[in-house]
Amino acid sequence: MRGGWLRIYAITYLVFLYLPVILLPMFAFNDGTVMAFPLKGFTTQWFVQLAGIEALHGALLNSVFIATITATLSVLLGICAARASTRFRFPFKAPIMGAIMVPLVLPEIIVAVSLLVVVVQVLDLPLSAWTVIAGHTLICTPFAIAILSSAFQGLDQSFEEAAIDLGETRWGAFRNIILPLVAPGIIASFLICFTISLDEFIIAFFLTGAEPTLPVYIWGQLRFPTKIPAVMALGTLMLLASLIILSVAEFYRRRGVARVGGNDSGGFL
Amino acid sequence: MSIISLQGIEKFYGEYHALKGIDCEIAEGEFFSLLGPSGCGKTTLLRVIAGFEDVSDGVVLLGGQNMAGVPANKRPTNMVFQSYAIFPHLSVAQNVGYGLRRAKLPPAELEARVAEALDMVGLSGFGARAAHALSGGQRQRVALARALILKPKVLLLDEPLSALDKKMREQMQSELRRLQRQVGITFILVTHDQEEALIMSDRIAVMFEGEIAQVAPPQELYRRPVTRRVGEFIGVMNFLDARHLDDGGDKVRFDLEGLGEASISHDQLPFGARAFAPVVGLRPEALSVIYDAKPEPGQRVVEGEVVDLSYYGDMTYYEVQLDGTTQPVTISMKNLATRPVLERGARARVTWDEGSLVVFAT
Repeated sequence: MRGGWLRIYAITYLVFLYLPVILLPMFAFNDGTVMAFPLKGFTTQWFVQLAGIEALHGALLNSVFIATITATLSVLLGICAARASTRFRFPFKAPIMGAIMVPLVLPEIIVAVSLLVVVVQVLDLPLSAWTVIAGHTLICTPFAIAILSSAFQGLDQSFEEAAIDLGETRWGAFRNIILPLVAPGIIASFLICFTISLDEFIIAFFLTGAEPTLPVYIWGQLRFPTKIPAVMALGTLMLLASLIILSVAEFYRRRGVARVGGNDSGGFL
Repeated sequence: MSIISLQGIEKFYGEYHALKGIDCEIAEGEFFSLLGPSGCGKTTLLRVIAGFEDVSDGVVLLGGQNMAGVPANKRPTNMVFQSYAIFPHLSVAQNVGYGLRRAKLPPAELEARVAEALDMVGLSGFGARAAHALSGGQRQRVALARALILKPKVLLLDEPLSALDKKMREQMQSELRRLQRQVGITFILVTHDQEEALIMSDRIAVMFEGEIAQVAPPQELYRRPVTRRVGEFIGVMNFLDARHLDDGGDKVRFDLEGLGEASISHDQLPFGARAFAPVVGLRPEALSVIYDAKPEPGQRVVEGEVVDLSYYGDMTYYEVQLDGTTQPVTISMKNLATRPVLERGARARVTWDEGSLVVFAT
């Protein structure tokens, strides 16, 4: 068999990667409070129970709020950085771009602790949703730049010049020609930033104020064994939402690549 | 009056000297070409005229007006880009009508003018098509219509035919020429293809390394290149070492390597120069192989060996090593039914036309 060992390796890899994730919906529908095999039976009571928890709703709203603002800020910053890096030449471009992209690989706990020190000790600000937004924007912006850069990169510079040649101002050319052409990239990066912020735990855990985000709330619930099935149900819903959002993002990213006639390179899915 | 006047244009990119004192006048209604190898500054010069590059020094006059500080969107020029830059998210009609959006025309008039522009480039009825679904030739036409609809004083074309295949390119060359005569607008074409420049232009500026080497109509450029480099760049040219013998009245006598003595009139000498160790240039068609036994009276004949040949159907290009020389010369001969094509290794008798010689100072 051709590539036999590679195929076994690939399958093993996928099983290790996704088996734990599959356990999540499995126990979410399990009729029992203890997470153990054999499964007891099918139930949707944990989902019903979710609907009745007030604190959960607050956390969810809080998370969605943070994710929306974070994604908006990250995309706006990302557009500026991606355009600067693809369109202009300036001194220290490489080190500057490198510095912006570093949070992508920086350990989150380091980022979280240093942000906490800055916010509390240096700035003496109260922790709130806004401090979480600041932290999330820091780690989301590199993702937005990565996606938007490929959108801007695929764009022929002549488009902008042609628009100016036809009487547009610089801003008019950007708004009427460049923005529509990179719109799929903007949507894709917004959705990915939204998802990252929604799922992020460590920074939110350190920087959140009185109102926890959803992941922080879930972590709190894990101390109570009876709440675990409901958390499983919640996790299942979040998993589903993330998959849907990422698929939509990838759809738009590919459409953007096709629109400007570029070659598809990279992408997250 | 010239529509464009370039006076002492200098352009630096940091240390790199891209344009070195360009002076040039372009007449109204002229088809003018900027010809040169890549990196010679021809595209930079075009972009200077369009307003996409500012000059480090010098003046650009457009219709008598100084263009210093006038941005690209305010200049009476329009450009056809090398990549055509057809906006992929708009329809053909939206692309063509893009420049008129600011004019706030009534929809019916806008539509009429777009239809007229599309008609002009032979794309009637293509208005509703999506721009990304067009072929290369069609994109080129849309780009032309989009630029011409604004009735610019000058149309700038940046290597517009380089992306097309040979057949399409030849067709577009004659169409562009026809279109230019029809609209009467000054066209400035940037190209690296000397054949294209010769076919299409009223006048050609040959550029090397940021400088204009010669500005001349195609025939003059081909027949009387002012430097060896121009002669080499335009078509094929043979170069033979020459020895200056003497000046006899209105003629100058030279001894040419492999060909013997020649008397050359003064207009064949560049800038009237005469005291030099010159090189003589000779086009392939100025040399011919004679087949019949007797040369014409007064015709001088030298002999050589055919070392290589390229058969083009209508023409054959021979590489002939003249006796007593080291480099073969290229000779082009029209193929006739009654005339055999010589084979490699054959002896050939060669005659040449004194009036076609060009003398170069170096």
